[in-house]
Amino acid sequence: MTHPPYLHPDYASTVLRAPSHPPLAMDKDPEAAELTGPVFGRSEVDPLDADLTSGGAGEPIGERIVVTGRILDASGRPVPGTLVEIWQANAAGRYAHERDRHPAPLDLNFTGAGRCLTDDEGRYRFVTVKPGAYPWRNHHNAWRPAHIHFSVFGTAFTQRLVTQMYFPGDPLFSFDPILKSVPGAARARLVSALDLAVTEPEWALGYRWDVVLGHTPMEEA
Amino acid sequence: MTTPSQTVGPFFGFALPYPGDWELVPEGHPGAVTITGRVLDGAGEPVPDALLELWTGDPGDRGALGRAGAGVSGFGRCGTAPDGSYRFRTAPPARAYLALLVFARGLLKPVRTRVYLAGVPGPPLDALDPARRATLLARREGQDVYRFDVRLQGEEETVFLEF
Repeated sequence: MTHPPYLHPDYASTVLRAPSHPPLAMDKDPEAAELTGPVFGRSEVDPLDADLTSGGAGEPIGERIVVTGRILDASGRPVPGTLVEIWQANAAGRYAHERDRHPAPLDLNFTGAGRCLTDDEGRYRFVTVKPGAYPWRNHHNAWRPAHIHFSVFGTAFTQRLVTQMYFPGDPLFSFDPILKSVPGAARARLVSALDLAVTEPEWALGYRWDVVLGHTPMEEA
Repeated sequence: MTTPSQTVGPFFGFALPYPGDWELVPEGHPGAVTITGRVLDGAGEPVPDALLELWTGDPGDRGALGRAGAGVSGFGRCGTAPDGSYRFRTAPPARAYLALLVFARGLLKPVRTRVYLAGVPGPPLDALDPARRATLLARREGQDVYRFDVRLQGEEETVFLEF
């Protein structure tokens, strides 16, 4: 199993939101709506949306980073032209969201939201700042490891994925019930790698992270 | 190995919603229908921080993100309001149903279901206990309005699907 279960009591919000019935396995139906998915036009996404450091009057505070990788299908084939959306806290660990009460500073030069379409080889690339860790109220002294939220479409609605990318070697991993909800062997798939080939000398550290989408039902395994 | 899912969390609201996201067709589109309802948790309380995505199965001729102009899009997105409510305006689907995905804080992976507007769900849904099957049927409330609540857990839990 790759995906976490719905019910993971260490993550308290799952207790009243996890369905109690297992999902019903659907028959293979080549006409099912879920085997197709939305198509995104190049003109619908501004190339500047991939640079999260560019939206303000000045540069955001924090460690500038490049995050790049490929979106792949279950057979390892790149998925071109698909929408990738990201959002994150700023370098101080604060989201530009009205309900984030963490008493850390907002950064007027950083919203923390970006999006892009993958290129012909399935690649995405964002420029941003490294997000900070932040406290949450799940349990006493609960802190989330630094992460960037990712939303990926793929070619079928069945492939739709929302997940989180983490940074290598974070000492908070072993205390985080959200990361630990993922079965052990699969957790490493959520951790990016520092990559000097992605790093831009004298400018920004680079992290590489590939996303592998699930099988579509009519696809040969 | 497939990349594991993680929760959308509580703070997607400044990133994922976009102007006109819930409007697959513009106001006044001939034959348009509105799907509305609430997302509820196992205690029957509204879920004010869910994100729903609707997919008709047909990309159409209107942008999935760019909502300017006329036409029909097959994709919509709607974050729930403080009372757990959502809405979509869509063209009548070619199929008997619309595909629906729900993301939320506390959902480590999304739940997916179908909103049946007309007709009786075919196999394997027709083999469900009638009370459970009824959770997939939208209730017509007006000429162009259908109600469909999503109950994540509990006695009237919505039937969720896996492909």
